[in-house]
Amino acid sequence: MLNTGTLALTLPSDREVRMTRVFDAPRALVFDALTKPELLMRWFSGPPGWSLEVCEFDAKEGGAYRYVWRGPDGTEMGMGGVLIEFVAPERLVSTEKFDQAWYPGEATGTIVLTEEGGKTTLTLTVEYDSQETRDMVLQTPMKEGVQFGYDRLADLLAAEGSHRLEKGAAEA
Amino acid sequence: MMQSSQLDATFAALADPTRRAILARLASGEASVTELAEPFEMTQPAISKHLKVLERSGLITRGRDAQRRPCRLEARPLAEATAWLEGYRQFWEANFQQLDALLDEMKAMSPAPVASTPSETKKGR
Repeated sequence: MLNTGTLALTLPSDREVRMTRVFDAPRALVFDALTKPELLMRWFSGPPGWSLEVCEFDAKEGGAYRYVWRGPDGTEMGMGGVLIEFVAPERLVSTEKFDQAWYPGEATGTIVLTEEGGKTTLTLTVEYDSQETRDMVLQTPMKEGVQFGYDRLADLLAAEGSHRLEKGAAEA
Repeated sequence: MMQSSQLDATFAALADPTRRAILARLASGEASVTELAEPFEMTQPAISKHLKVLERSGLITRGRDAQRRPCRLEARPLAEATAWLEGYRQFWEANFQQLDALLDEMKAMSPAPVASTPSETKKGR
């Protein structure tokens, strides 16, 4: 559903969100980029215009991690948790909780890396306490200003429907 | 804030290719059941069934005219459902593109697999 670009986003169950993304690099490098603070600081910058200001990552099972992002107006957003599983370079399971707990409970994130032909597939599954929580979280980036015009929507629909509608659809 | 039940109804309605094609047709203007049935190899009752699903999910409304009851696309629920996932996807994709650039740099700096990580060289399945 809505898998434009290279990132696939699915909702495998009521409480989960799953993302799949292929990276053109061996998984040892991807795992490093996901678990080493100096590398995380260089890519995990949050919403457009934000940057990762604090990044602590105790890379071992039972270790804690913490991120703080800062927005263009100085607003800070913190998030952290504990690593439940740490299996380099293939698997990472952690709890995650935002400081400004705008949603209830703690989520669990599972990252699985598989490598084939020098490319790495990253699968990130986040499980929330409830469906309401998941839906609330999914809506958040939209509130940051990502909007989808009705025109673009109509274009999308037209493109999708065009192979199925042989006639009759062209004239308004 | 959008209700989960509304989103579920929207996604359930969108799961069917015939219903998506009906919505695509309605994006270019309202149409009667007869007009909608025309491009498909389907009976009018079969189309009517799809229209009922779309109507219940709020994606279309039907006119009052008892004879024709033209169908009209209601853009809002669809736009919300699309934006809902699209916003989330865009957020991650923007970050992942930065990761792509970083990985390119890391590859260039260490043509051999990085020695510092306790990584197995065995390939994934």
